[in-house]
Amino acid sequence: MSTLALQQHATLSHLDWLESESIHILREVAGQCANPALLFSGGKDSLVLLRLAEKAFRPGRFPFPLLNIDTGHNYSEVIDFRDSRACQLNERLIVRSVEDSMRRGTVVLKSPGESRNKHQSVTLLEAIEEFGFDCCIGGARRDEEKARAKERIFSFRDEFGQWDPKNQRPELWDLYNARVHRGENIRAFPISNWTELDVWQYIERERLELPAIYFAHRRAVTRRNGLLQPVTELTPARAGDVVEELSVRFRTVGDITCTAPVESAADTVARIIEETAATTITERGESRLDDQTSEASMEQRKKEGYF
Amino acid sequence: MSAIERLPEIDNGLLRFLTCGSVDDGKSTLIGRLLYDTKAILADTLQAITRTSERRGLEAVDLSLLTDGLQAEREQGITIDVAYRYFSTGQRKYIIADAPGHEEYTRNMVTAASTANLAIILIDARKGVLTQTRRHSYLAHLLGIPHIVVAINKMDLVDYAQATYERIRGDYLEFAATLGIGDVRFIPLSALNGDMIVDRGERLDWYQGPALLDILEDTPSAHSERDEAFRFPVQFICRPQQAGDPKLHDYRGFMGRVESGEIVAGDEVLILPSGTRTRVKAIEFYGRSLLRAIAEQSVTLLLEDEVDISRGDMIVRAEKLCPRAPAPGTVSTRTALVTRRIETMLCWLGETPLDAQRKYLIRQTTRETKAAIESIDYRLDINTLQRMPAESLGMNDIARVAFRLARPLCVDAYAGNRSTGAFIVIDEAANNTVGAGMIL
Repeated sequence: MSTLALQQHATLSHLDWLESESIHILREVAGQCANPALLFSGGKDSLVLLRLAEKAFRPGRFPFPLLNIDTGHNYSEVIDFRDSRACQLNERLIVRSVEDSMRRGTVVLKSPGESRNKHQSVTLLEAIEEFGFDCCIGGARRDEEKARAKERIFSFRDEFGQWDPKNQRPELWDLYNARVHRGENIRAFPISNWTELDVWQYIERERLELPAIYFAHRRAVTRRNGLLQPVTELTPARAGDVVEELSVRFRTVGDITCTAPVESAADTVARIIEETAATTITERGESRLDDQTSEASMEQRKKEGYF
Repeated sequence: MSAIERLPEIDNGLLRFLTCGSVDDGKSTLIGRLLYDTKAILADTLQAITRTSERRGLEAVDLSLLTDGLQAEREQGITIDVAYRYFSTGQRKYIIADAPGHEEYTRNMVTAASTANLAIILIDARKGVLTQTRRHSYLAHLLGIPHIVVAINKMDLVDYAQATYERIRGDYLEFAATLGIGDVRFIPLSALNGDMIVDRGERLDWYQGPALLDILEDTPSAHSERDEAFRFPVQFICRPQQAGDPKLHDYRGFMGRVESGEIVAGDEVLILPSGTRTRVKAIEFYGRSLLRAIAEQSVTLLLEDEVDISRGDMIVRAEKLCPRAPAPGTVSTRTALVTRRIETMLCWLGETPLDAQRKYLIRQTTRETKAAIESIDYRLDINTLQRMPAESLGMNDIARVAFRLARPLCVDAYAGNRSTGAFIVIDEAANNTVGAGMIL
């Protein structure tokens, strides 16, 4: 019996459902919070968030500004993209930089070339205090890592910005509680229930433009600890490194010093989806668990783009 | 043929389900098996658990290690939470809410159950129906999960005996009848060996029903099975006068999500709680006009008349309004759907006990009101289902409680509508969510 025959009433496709849930969450932020901001990096997840915000609030303007914490170590393509997208949308973009925090002395680097990823949180907290934001909307997803699987959609942070797993609010149905005392903060994650594949399928469906580094391109890289390291001014080749020029793409974009590209020939969204989907929809019949076939299927996945 | 060409034309949407059981029932192995057999596990994760299994001297990969985070937490005695996991078959996307099964984690199971449309209740074939099976079934029923699958696991340890399966099935049906649970399906399986999960295996030939994944693939989506009344709580009001576009000068869009039922442009609607009548002039979504909007769709409604509406008001279809029998003490308004008194089943979630003298804040749909406790009729022992007298409630307690409300709420009975019948209780001093309730 076909499943659809059982259904008397039309229901949403999985992307429409996810989209609608995210819009509902964004509107709850707007309805419950006095002064929210949307964290926008120019990366794919935050570009999806912007489209969702358009769908949630147009023809009105967004009821929040866009906030970017610039590490000063970003790929220039991504920064240019960030600025042009904010301009196209005619929305307010606030940029606060880790380098300003360094000048103030609130961020102290152990070494000049060190990754600035973790220092972003200092600058973010300074921005939250400067503008009095009571909620920051972010593009994190629960499928990203094991610890994130338990994160709330509305995640409570104390006045030091700390996430205390023991002090999170129960979240039932879709009744969110964004109430905070002065100085405390909510992080809201509208795409919590999306997977990487959902994000790419949505990008394709909505024909979203992305910074060029998401697509396969030739780039000089070295291999370190099993990962590819791009050769840039910030991350020059070390003595003994073998520099190769490979076809690569970035799966995430962040601080240059800690974002590794993957080897890939996928130069369109459709081809990226193919690579991302490969492990989930092929060879469904294969299910034996003995080591030999496990090893073999792992090989297969690696060939198809997974690390 | 490339992977993308194999994505089917028809997308069968999304199913949220809950797994109930403890590690001992093989719940982690079952989830691991579903993720593994549907290829939702990435190579690096699989490599890590393969190494751990080898280190522990196991012959096969221990799939329960995929949910190992929970076990580590338990050993350390940290609060255990609901974990959400994802997989897709290409036809349907699944969200698993994985809640630990022990008695002290009732609040986690209630949380996980609140969004689920199907519950898998695991029974160890060697042990049969236990107290925890009753507890899980009661909670799944209380939270209104329409589809229940009883998975009789570890069939490999009872020689795949049909008689064992039939005996447990009989025991369960007897007890389910006392709860009023209607739709239950049974399935024998071995999560360890992968029998009857995605593949049928060869050892359960006497079982003619569908494998677990086939049940999941065929379970009707939420809101698809029956006619529902249209409910549209207003979330946000869009008044874009500043946009500099004269056409938008008088634009007033009421933004929200259709919580149930559907609406067609031109339909006559009522605004609650005021009772004002008007018509839907247009249904808009991102610059497009839609003919209709269905359950779970987020849209913007434009109305014929200039009516006073704010966040927390609810738009319902005029002719579909089914009046509730007014409960004693209900303040009479234009319809019985609008009330200042609710009878509820309340699950207490807070570490601080409920104080019957205090006022709490109730949030239901997009509306908030202060509330006072009128009475605690009884506390339910969820193991025996016996009713006990209660003055206060501690964490994980479930009780029948009546509230008086400072502002009217627009409600339906939870049994008929899981959106407009649900509410949370907030402690205003701490801002914490301390209770979850279902309106009777």
